[in-house]
Amino acid sequence: MASLFQQIKSGMLWDFHGGIHPPARKTQTSQKPLGRLSLPERLYIPLRQHIGVAGKLLVQPGDYVLKGQPLTAANNAMAVPVHAPTSGHVLAIDDHPSAHPSALPEPMIVMVPDGLEQWRERQPLDPEHISRQQILARIQDAGIAGMGGAGFPTHIKSSASQGVDYLIINAAECEPYITADDALMQTEAETIMQGIDILCDLLSPKAVLIGIEDDKPRAIAAMQAACGNRKDFYVRVVPAKYPSGGEKQLIQRLTSKEVPAGRRPLDIGIVMQNVGTAFAIAQAVLHDIPLISRIVTVVGETLSRPQNVLALVGTPVGFLLDSCGFVAEAKQRVIMGGPMMGFTLPSLQIPIVKTSNCIIAPTDAELPTTGPELDCIRCGACAEACPATLLPQQLLWFSKAKDHDKLKEHHLSDCIECGACAYVCPSEIPLVHYYRVAKAEIREQHRDELKAEQAKARFEARNERLEREKQQRMAKNQALAAQRQSMLAEQQKQQIADAASRVETTAETLSKEQIIAERERKKAEARAYQAAKAQNQVENPAETKVEPAPATEVNTDTATDPRQSAVAAAIARAKAKKAGISENAEADEVPASSATLDSDKAADPRSAAVAAAIARAKAKKAGISADAEAAKAAEVSASPIALDTEKATDPRAAAVAAAIARAKAKKAGISAEAEATKSEDAVAGAENTTPVDTEKAADPRAAAVAAAIARAKAKKAAEATSTITTADLTAETAVNTTIAADVPVAASPVADAADPRAAAVAAAIARAKAKKAAETQQEPSADAEINQITPETETKAVAAEPAVIEASTNVVAPTDAKKAAIAAAIARAKAKKAIESDQEKSE
Amino acid sequence: MLIALLTLTGLALIFGAILGYAAIRFKVEADPLVDQIDDILPQTQCGQCGYPGCRPYAEAIANGDAINKCPPGGDAAIKKLASLLGVEAKPLDGAQTPAIKRVAYIREDECIGCTKCIQACPVDAIVGASKQMHTVITDECTGCDLCVEPCPVNCIDMLPVPTSVERWKWDLQAIPVKMVETN
Repeated sequence: MASLFQQIKSGMLWDFHGGIHPPARKTQTSQKPLGRLSLPERLYIPLRQHIGVAGKLLVQPGDYVLKGQPLTAANNAMAVPVHAPTSGHVLAIDDHPSAHPSALPEPMIVMVPDGLEQWRERQPLDPEHISRQQILARIQDAGIAGMGGAGFPTHIKSSASQGVDYLIINAAECEPYITADDALMQTEAETIMQGIDILCDLLSPKAVLIGIEDDKPRAIAAMQAACGNRKDFYVRVVPAKYPSGGEKQLIQRLTSKEVPAGRRPLDIGIVMQNVGTAFAIAQAVLHDIPLISRIVTVVGETLSRPQNVLALVGTPVGFLLDSCGFVAEAKQRVIMGGPMMGFTLPSLQIPIVKTSNCIIAPTDAELPTTGPELDCIRCGACAEACPATLLPQQLLWFSKAKDHDKLKEHHLSDCIECGACAYVCPSEIPLVHYYRVAKAEIREQHRDELKAEQAKARFEARNERLEREKQQRMAKNQALAAQRQSMLAEQQKQQIADAASRVETTAETLSKEQIIAERERKKAEARAYQAAKAQNQVENPAETKVEPAPATEVNTDTATDPRQSAVAAAIARAKAKKAGISENAEADEVPASSATLDSDKAADPRSAAVAAAIARAKAKKAGISADAEAAKAAEVSASPIALDTEKATDPRAAAVAAAIARAKAKKAGISAEAEATKSEDAVAGAENTTPVDTEKAADPRAAAVAAAIARAKAKKAAEATSTITTADLTAETAVNTTIAADVPVAASPVADAADPRAAAVAAAIARAKAKKAAETQQEPSADAEINQITPETETKAVAAEPAVIEASTNVVAPTDAKKAAIAAAIARAKAKKAIESDQEKSE
Repeated sequence: MLIALLTLTGLALIFGAILGYAAIRFKVEADPLVDQIDDILPQTQCGQCGYPGCRPYAEAIANGDAINKCPPGGDAAIKKLASLLGVEAKPLDGAQTPAIKRVAYIREDECIGCTKCIQACPVDAIVGASKQMHTVITDECTGCDLCVEPCPVNCIDMLPVPTSVERWKWDLQAIPVKMVETN
């Protein structure tokens, strides 16, 4: 069996499935000479007349353009320019109804021809001496797009340099009425052959097949003559059958090959060009005439002179019809393209474009409108007619249901929209319309899907970005917070250090803390002064009471001495201040010692109180780190105050001290809050007892307050050793409270009650101090200390007891007893300080 | 009798083992339902369904929410969702109007450059900088309306997408012609 090439060479023809034989009606125009037209008044040149994108606009309204001058420039591969069809002025560039079934407005250049037909300078090329690229560039620059109907840019289709077996020239022109290619071949066969030669140079095919339907005998003869003795040029005459002019159908007819679905003919080694395109290529390359005109069949029974005319691109359809003797009838339809695949025009202003090959202005009898659409009867005629071997009735079904998946399954995309199915349909269903709508919908849906994908990607990218930014911001904030915290800690440390250094050096500069301390000191002074005053008043009645007693001298001494001692204390205080805060402990001792020096009298408690107040103030100045010190001071202050049992001012002072302590405790931190409330509760509990006996209650309260303060401070001091400490503390407070409870009982003799209480308080203080020491020091040593101290206090308490007994028996003795007790207390305090400052030695 | 019983039991065990192995060996990693639903949704991120974006709505559908709350998706999306989930396709929820394709347009001479619309846009389709004029990238705009509300000067319009020749759908009412034999 001969090879396919040999079969083709031998003139064998094949057939495609289906197809129809509509009345051709080509004789109206095929025998007539090509008509020449006068220039229309206006030319409407669409910027885009092909498949692809419009070129870049080169002219402006008002410009004068020469014939053949490019109006747009191709700025990418899918763009081809448009040219001025004649010389004239550009009137406007705006939107006009396009030569498209939708007739949607598209941008067009409106030209006014001047009738001079002035050509721009032309540069004909010699194909034998120029490169492929130059030819392709010329084809593109000439604005050539497929003239068979689709309008695909020719330079792209012609750029395949290898793998082309057959170049097929489509001259089938299968649609009824149309004879434009027929006319072209009759008149310009030689030029067409030159164009085919150029295409052969570009594509170098094995053979050139020129497919012509058998109803164009003159064209066949002309082409066969033009072929001459060119090697492997074959004019193939195929029997007329619609749609043999379809690309895939003609390929099948001439080569028996089928183009696979979704592929192009080039994939099977075939390139097909329309005969009109070949002519345009020859014109462009050899004569530098761009695609500015084309042959259009103007036909229909409403025309008196139907003929083929050479029409300039941009000529309005109305002008063409008028020059062919158009007499419009009622409801006149004008069809652009063939009766099978064309579309009716909504306006006669629509221009001829590069792909327009036919204008039909039929009478209603000639091409009647279809009747009403009936239901599909499933006769299957459409499937028999379909040249693409599809199942049109199934496609109709799915198109109506908008079942796009099924449509794809049934290969709707392979439909060439030839209209054969609609032509044979007994129910007059416009099948192709349904397919076109469905195709447009699928396209739209595909576009939407792409867009959705894009939107999703962008949305996700945006979310990711936002999340990233949030993370970064958080990290930044954290870093800043950490920095701020470290700075704050640094600052605090600095402050503490500053305070310490201030304590170390002198109080020359008055910082805020110092001012507060100063105020505190002044308050303490005022309190001391008032206390002195009050004591004076109290002492006087005491004097009167004691007066009957033999020792009156002592009393008078005491009456004068308190003031003196107060003054002395004040002086001492001033001195101490001057001496500096660094000498805190010493300063404490100084007033104490001075007080002892002055203190054969009852004034001692007061001076002690004052000294304690000073100590407190100083301790406060020392800062937070000196909290423990302040606590001691507060306790110290509490204890001397406790000594002044008979005065009404003392409870207040104690309350104030307690309040201050509470405030400090609060400041100290939230962790100590519970403890603070406990201490407050304790204070409150102590205060509850006040209504019973104010004078007696003073001591328990003070003791309770002191205990509370001690507790709170202890809490603050060490959280790690909290369990042991609190346990100890509770034990301690329990002791304290028992002492406090004991005190009022023992205090039934009003005047004498001072000593036991004082002793108890002192003991409590000692214990508290021991505790603190223990917190900072090793536990054993602390225990030892406690052990050491407790016996001491016990002994002292024991020592105080006889005094109480003595006091109760002897009414005159109280003053002596008091003095002794005070002296003892002072001694104890000193001893404690000594122990604190030099624990190991004392141990 | 016993032989037959044993044979059948043996066969059942053998085939069961083969099937069990195949089930593990050739396990098909199915697309999670949410992803499949999300792929059907139009990704306008417009929030007209009441959820903040398409994916949250996809999750809601997977958890049993109604499938007819997406106006941009329209009937096509509802139909797809219905077939995916095996439920009946319902018409679009009455509270929502079927969407005409629209894109945002900023009247640029009125724009004050506040960037609020840029922050609102779920697909970053608005470009501009602070105190500079903003503009919408029409191709990226999903027509979700979310930028209209934040604009302090009301300079954003939602314009219907103009039909172009490429997007034009054939008019079914266009009069087809019929060839008849005349002679």
